[in-house]
Amino acid sequence: MPTKIEKDTVSGQDTTGHEWDGVKELNTPLPTWWVYTFYATIAFAVVYCALYPSWPWLTGHTQGMLGYSSRTELSVALQAQTNARAKFVDKIRATSLTDIRKDPELFNFALAGGRSAFQTNCLQCHGAGGAGSTGFPNLVDDDWIWGGSIDQIYTTIEHGIRNTDDKSRQSMMPRFGVDGLLTGTQIAAVTDYVLSLSGRGKATPEGAKVWQDQCVACHKADGKGNQELGAPNLTDGIWLYGGDRDSIYRTIFYARNGSMPAWGARLDDATMKMLAIYVHSLGGGR
Amino acid sequence: MDAKLQDDDAVSLRTRKAELPLYITRIKVYPRAIKGLWRRVKWAVLVLLLGLYYVVPWLRWDRGPDAPNQAILLDLDGRRGWFFDIVIWPQEIYFVTGLLILGAFGLFFATALFGRVWCGFACPQTVWTDLFMLVERLIEGDRNERMRLDRQSMSASKALRKTLKHTAWLAIAAATGGAWVFYYVDAPSTLVKIFRGEASLEVYFFIGLLTATTYMLAGWAREQVCTYMCPWPRFQAAMLDEQSVIVTYQKWRGEPRGKHKAGASWDGRGDCVDCNLCVAVCPTGIDIRDGQQIECIGCGLCIDACNQTMGKVDRPPNLILWDTLANQQAKEKGTGGAAWRPVRSRTLLYAALLAVVSAVMLGAFWLRTDTELTVQRDRSPNFVRLSNGDIRNSYAVKILNKTRGEQHLQLTVQGLPGSAIGFVGADIQGDNAGTRLIVHPDSVGTFRIFLTVPAGSAPSGSKSIEFTVDDTTGRKRASHDAVFVGPAR
Repeated sequence: MPTKIEKDTVSGQDTTGHEWDGVKELNTPLPTWWVYTFYATIAFAVVYCALYPSWPWLTGHTQGMLGYSSRTELSVALQAQTNARAKFVDKIRATSLTDIRKDPELFNFALAGGRSAFQTNCLQCHGAGGAGSTGFPNLVDDDWIWGGSIDQIYTTIEHGIRNTDDKSRQSMMPRFGVDGLLTGTQIAAVTDYVLSLSGRGKATPEGAKVWQDQCVACHKADGKGNQELGAPNLTDGIWLYGGDRDSIYRTIFYARNGSMPAWGARLDDATMKMLAIYVHSLGGGR
Repeated sequence: MDAKLQDDDAVSLRTRKAELPLYITRIKVYPRAIKGLWRRVKWAVLVLLLGLYYVVPWLRWDRGPDAPNQAILLDLDGRRGWFFDIVIWPQEIYFVTGLLILGAFGLFFATALFGRVWCGFACPQTVWTDLFMLVERLIEGDRNERMRLDRQSMSASKALRKTLKHTAWLAIAAATGGAWVFYYVDAPSTLVKIFRGEASLEVYFFIGLLTATTYMLAGWAREQVCTYMCPWPRFQAAMLDEQSVIVTYQKWRGEPRGKHKAGASWDGRGDCVDCNLCVAVCPTGIDIRDGQQIECIGCGLCIDACNQTMGKVDRPPNLILWDTLANQQAKEKGTGGAAWRPVRSRTLLYAALLAVVSAVMLGAFWLRTDTELTVQRDRSPNFVRLSNGDIRNSYAVKILNKTRGEQHLQLTVQGLPGSAIGFVGADIQGDNAGTRLIVHPDSVGTFRIFLTVPAGSAPSGSKSIEFTVDDTTGRKRASHDAVFVGPAR
């Protein structure tokens, strides 16, 4: 209890009435404006608690009288965004891939939308710039396994490669070494033959024989491959799984059967169209 | 007691503050009205500057269709600055920087020559405060009436006058904020929208903001802005020297001061009759007789006040006047004065800097092009090896078309023999060597460019190249440096 409130002669202020070892303290109340601001914040908090979700409960929380929810707010914002894009997206859905490319406004929208969809769905395997890496095809160069026309790209995106989709692109390279179809010597010989296709080294008659027996069905006699079957061109300088002797040997021994998801199950038609246009524009499109 | 209030009771703030602790609350200044040459100059400058401020956004300028017809418009949404026939893009913001630098050097130059003329005559704080004081005087009366009114307890007539004054102030402040937004949006259509409640939130926000600042700074804060808030008085000392023409009290002539009875002798005393009118009229509440001081904004109203008094007591005018310190010191010593030297090292330096910056600005403006080219090379991947071994780089190309017409441009590359160029983009006409890039009026065209060279002629590492755009007549419009990267060998 304050006992002796005095007036300080220097400042003219009252003391608190307390004394500690001869030390007295001036009573300096909080500024009035501060106190009333504080009261106002309390009043605000009470009103806020009544209007908005605020108090946690065992099974949830109070809902508030306004029925506000941040999830609803987000979905409204997302819907507004979708509506804003609807004009272009609807047009893209209704226009053929060839015609989209003839309409500057639509083409620019598709490039931007495709780029955005690519950054979300594709870059994990194909890289931010579409350059891919070992086992994941480069989309920037001019060598295509399943075809580089805009319609072929669209089909690859929609149905994917070697997956469970009904229309998935399917083909299978035999495991020549693992399944004992060829001996180690034969594989080495045909490896030399494959190297010779891109102008490296000289093929042996044995290698040529194995090539004729086992490989030409898919890769064709000249080694230029067959995009219908996803059989790569073996005569150029682009190798998905590495073009050195060791890598080619392993490819023949173990076989390679890379797969890609069918995006038709996850993306809508307009997004896949924009993706096809974007990928086609990266530099390799035919 | 109130009725006896006289101008010669005026005491300078400096004197009154000296009696008080370091930290004090504001002592209100009640400047008295005065007539005279400098007051007339101040009114003229006020009318001119406020006239410019309010009229400029309403000037029209025909630029044809698809362009605003406002002579001066800073269109932030459209990202263009329109100044009659000049259009400034955001990329050219350095012109604004140049103008600010010119403004700063102009201020230094004027201060070195004439002291704080900017503060006393042209500063918005001074101009609006003058306007607010005029309104205050019309409603509440002159200095002594206002002081009396403030000392009275609240009454119906006091409440009426105060309400009237603040309403008038707020109206002027709102008009000020309103005029400001018109520099950023189309004035006539926005004015209608403002009153219909259809203008954008930004418009109302900035009107509100500038209404609040004008009302508070010109109505309430006044000389405190100059004394405490503004940095300029703090470093003006570096611009001034003994050759700067400033508002000066001629101590050697005025002292010793004292009251003077009509008919009494002037021998053995100074011309200052200690009427304190110079203090009463001062908008910052100082006494010029204390010498040059930080609060003085150099408005010259004390000159008018003193000349009025000198006229009444029949002494020569200009006891307070615009003069240099050097001249005053010479006169004090009795050596007959020193001629003003406006040409001296600091004024020459400021003039030279003004000339250099102006020349650079004019040069930059002269060399300004209506077409700009920027090229950015894709780094992911750094380069692409094609199936036949060719090496390809891709580039994001942007072409700025600042003209009002569509441009058809041809892009070529120099410094890369044997290269082939390919294009991806919506606005492309023709193919290969004859390809024209179409850039729409007043916009930026974006294209993707492929450069391909045969494996044999690909550079090892990076090689400098140059992109150029030519118009249909073959004239070069813009160029940009870039590099081509090949595999390291």
